[in-house]
Amino acid sequence: MTVPLLKVDNLRIALAGDGATYNAVENVSFEIGRGEAFGLVGESGCGKSITALAVMGLLRRPLSLGGGRIALDGEEIQDASPAEMRRLRGKRIAMIFQEPMTALNPLSPVGKQIAEMFVLHEGMGWNEAMDRAEEALRQVRVPSPERRIKDYPHQLSGGMRQRVMIAIALACGPDLLVADEPTTALDVTVQAEIIDLMAELCAAKGTAILMISHDLGLVANMCKRVAVMYAGRIVESQAAEAIFATPSHPYTRGLVDSLPRLGERSKRGRQRLREISGVVPSIAAYPAGCRFNPRCPSVTDVCREMVPEATPLPAEGLVRCHHHG
Amino acid sequence: MLLVLGRRLANVIPTLLAVIALVFLLFSVLPGSFISGMNEDGRSTIDPAVMERMRKEMGLDDPLLERFGKYVAATVTGDLGTSFRTREPVTKMLSNRIWPSLKLVLAAMTFAIAVGVTLGFLAALKPGSWIDTASMVGAISGLSLSQFWFGLMLMYLFALKLQWLPSFGYGDGGLRHLILPAVALGVGPMALLARTTRAAVLDVLNADFVRTARSKGMSERRVVEWHVLRNALVLVITIVGLQFGSLMGQAVVVEKLFAWPGVGSLMVDSVFQRDMPTVQGCILMIVLFFLAINTLVDLAYVVIDPRIRYQ
Amino acid sequence: MSIAIKRPRLRLKGGTSLWIGGGLVATAIMAAVLAPWIALTDPVMDANLMNAEIPPGLEYPFGTDAQGRDIYSRIVYGARISLSVGIISQICNSLIGVTLGLTAGYWGGWWDDLVSGLTNLMLAIPSLVFALAIMAILGPGLVSLVIALGLTSWSYSCRIARAQVLSLKSQGYVQAARILGYGDLRIMFTQILPNILGPLIVIATLGMGGAILSEAALSFLGLGIRPPFPSWGSMLSEARDQITTAPWLSVFPGLAIFFTVLGLNLLGDGLRDILDPQSTTRRA
Repeated sequence: MTVPLLKVDNLRIALAGDGATYNAVENVSFEIGRGEAFGLVGESGCGKSITALAVMGLLRRPLSLGGGRIALDGEEIQDASPAEMRRLRGKRIAMIFQEPMTALNPLSPVGKQIAEMFVLHEGMGWNEAMDRAEEALRQVRVPSPERRIKDYPHQLSGGMRQRVMIAIALACGPDLLVADEPTTALDVTVQAEIIDLMAELCAAKGTAILMISHDLGLVANMCKRVAVMYAGRIVESQAAEAIFATPSHPYTRGLVDSLPRLGERSKRGRQRLREISGVVPSIAAYPAGCRFNPRCPSVTDVCREMVPEATPLPAEGLVRCHHHG
Repeated sequence: MLLVLGRRLANVIPTLLAVIALVFLLFSVLPGSFISGMNEDGRSTIDPAVMERMRKEMGLDDPLLERFGKYVAATVTGDLGTSFRTREPVTKMLSNRIWPSLKLVLAAMTFAIAVGVTLGFLAALKPGSWIDTASMVGAISGLSLSQFWFGLMLMYLFALKLQWLPSFGYGDGGLRHLILPAVALGVGPMALLARTTRAAVLDVLNADFVRTARSKGMSERRVVEWHVLRNALVLVITIVGLQFGSLMGQAVVVEKLFAWPGVGSLMVDSVFQRDMPTVQGCILMIVLFFLAINTLVDLAYVVIDPRIRYQ
Repeated sequence: MSIAIKRPRLRLKGGTSLWIGGGLVATAIMAAVLAPWIALTDPVMDANLMNAEIPPGLEYPFGTDAQGRDIYSRIVYGARISLSVGIISQICNSLIGVTLGLTAGYWGGWWDDLVSGLTNLMLAIPSLVFALAIMAILGPGLVSLVIALGLTSWSYSCRIARAQVLSLKSQGYVQAARILGYGDLRIMFTQILPNILGPLIVIATLGMGGAILSEAALSFLGLGIRPPFPSWGSMLSEARDQITTAPWLSVFPGLAIFFTVLGLNLLGDGLRDILDPQSTTRRA
């Protein structure tokens, strides 16, 4: 049996609040194989972003790792020293953030911000590193990179800035790219370009992707397997095609139904897109039992009392619902 | 650069003119000012004939608008009138005082920046630590000190008790004479800078791009050196500018306390002697300094922050 | 990050600074109000050269001055002058600043330009220098002191009032009041003012500390309260010449100023956490 590139096992993230500690994320497990694209989907506040930060070892107060194991290439890194984590970050696991405007230092030319990667991880001098930065910009298809490396972030468009972020993340050829809502802040027209670019470069370099998004459609297009998170737990994980065909958790069904589908409108007639009623509960007020129960259309008493166990689905999928099957 | 300078000057010149107008109005229209004031005060005894001649000489009986025109015309050419007391041109008196004042203000600001920014940085890098608490308690205390009392205490301790430093005066203008007044004057800006720097650094440390820097695998030290310093500096420099600019005004009391021969003590002395042209000149000098420093700060922004350069 | 994380507050905790500051200010106010009862001697009349320059001790807790007057009693009475100068001048500043700021922000146009220009002007002249100039014209004394301090530092409250009005002007409830036919002044003072009181109180509290410092400075220069009446600044002014022989004359009035201003600053900081969470008034 091959060792997965990333194995997250029973991850728990603690949030220290006013006098109490909450579990912002609990019982989260997933695996990503080499070169595989894996998607983590959920609404804002469900804990998907902090799961990504936990993988990067970048949780900061009031968040902290509460328990569980994170293994990279079979090697557990959850207790690694800050210095060890620094050697992994950027070099073996890299990250792209949601806001390309604020994620880049406004006072530093973008070329320098890329070149830092080579200086940090490959021990290059600044001159050589700047040449490599230009090359990296060319790879992410920024036009006339020799001029752009001297530009400051505010001089670039949103799409260009996200390309710079990708160049930074992929600079040292990492094994895993964590992409946290990489296209949410961008114009719709640019989104597809960025996703394609990311997928293509990662495929070429054999880089695996952990894609974090609220957009099930986007994730399913790009990833082989998808996990759906709700209120700090994974409620369902399946192969991407299967999640559309046979969504097993009521929440996933809700997400699938709320997506507009091209070409299907005529078949189904003029149908309104359905939305999931209710709001995401706050961390301090997670309901007992299945956390989706206040919003669930098929809720029963057992949902309010018992946390549902994981039920296996075909092809290594799983679902956490009392009413499955 | 030139564009920013031009835009800035377009802002500064009206303000300067307005200050000139205000100073003129204050001293020429309100009762108890200028010549008439010299008689009210028991100390000056000018006989009516001399008074009449002086009024003529100074054109005080001309229509207000005409006097204002003359005043502005004279002021912009650098003629600030003649001192009642010494009969010297005010411009000349000021030029003797400006260098000691500048020296004091520069020394005070150097002290404030060196100590305040350092403390603010250390406090922000270790929030909640003893150094953070101590710095912030020190900062709020520094903001609550009256400079002249603090100066008096410094004088008592270091000059009179320990006899390490001279108690007052300009001496040869060397460092030994400068230390006490500079510390007394700098303690307020120092406290403010400590607070600002801490807030600015904490702000920047929470910025997204700092998280990006960490995600690159940078050590915390590199993160601070490569990404935090400059960004925090942009925020700090505003306060430096505002404090620096108003420092010559704040120096009035400290200069008087330490018998420092600067613009401030000239102004206080002139107020007592009701030497109005000199008081006016001092105010204009202090305002000019404020505006000049603010212009310099704007230019500093251009160097530090590329966003301004290209706008 | 899609989760809202409150940045940990690591200043002196809001509560702590509020209580310490409030305590110090309350002490100063008590001293001022209760002066005739808690003072040991009359601050002006009880001069006795036999008792001159006695160091702090049991009989005279803070010592006596060159005329043999009890420093402690003079400080207690001095609180009356220092605090009333601070309060009255700050009320003047707030009235001027709020009126100008409200109307400028609300009406806009040439009036706004004029007020903004005036505010910039006030910022360019350090308020102590401006006050000094006014004192030069009006002559020394308590009244000129209050006028000088009350006219020279309204620019902060003006700026804040103006900025707040600009952001509130377009909000629903102000629009609604206008549709109801409320007059401009009525809208300004009944609809807008109550919503910006928080930041203004913070500014006034911090400004009061500044006014007390300025009062002390001007009195120290000999332009404010004149001896023998005790204000903390005038006491320091007298004490300065005896710094070698009787340092306690300088120490205690200075400490009184320090703790009162510290109290006001802490109180202002604490109030800001409660009244102005978005920190429109942050100076630092």
